Amino acid sequence: MAWIMDGVSWALIAAGGFFCVVGAFGIIRMPDLYTRMHASGVIDPFGVSLILIGLMFQAGFTLVTAKLAVLVIVLLFTSPVACHALGRAALHRGLKPKLAEKDGEPSNK
Amino acid sequence: MFTAGAIALLVSIALVLARGCMGPTVFDRVLAGNTIGTFAVGLMAVYGFLTDRPEFLDIAIVYALLNVLSTLAILKFFRFGSLGDPEGAEPPRTEIH
Repeated sequence: MAWIMDGVSWALIAAGGFFCVVGAFGIIRMPDLYTRMHASGVIDPFGVSLILIGLMFQAGFTLVTAKLAVLVIVLLFTSPVACHALGRAALHRGLKPKLAEKDGEPSNK
Repeated sequence: MFTAGAIALLVSIALVLARGCMGPTVFDRVLAGNTIGTFAVGLMAVYGFLTDRPEFLDIAIVYALLNVLSTLAILKFFRFGSLGDPEGAEPPRTEIH
């Protein structure tokens, strides 16, 4: 039974690390602030949360698991709020998206 | 296995730190700072398991809350030019006449 838990935990931690690196590459390679925010959206719910859930399988039913669950919930609730505030602040300061629509023209050119 | 997760997190922190150093606008740097804070939370949890000291999780919870608060405060400052202090400079508001 223990090796099943170890395997699930190992798979979750590996997947989380993969998503973290993919999100970081997106932040470096994307051309625009708004597309970079899109890339960073994969980091909080998939990357770090999957790593923390993988750590939960290692801890078993203890207080540590409860703390990890609180941490996952906090991350899931606060990261969209921060992302939304970032987009609003950037738009308010006049930062245009790179593929912004002109008047009457479609954006998918 | 914890070492692999920690290495992935460290590589991601290095990549995002490069974006924070060369980001063209201030919002790119804020985004990089927020993301590095999230990675730091994960790294703290993984390091606590790596050294068999899960007490780091308390610090990680506090750090996650402080991370979003500091991000919101910095964004409010860059959006309005102040933090909304009633005694200090007023934030620009639309006049209704």
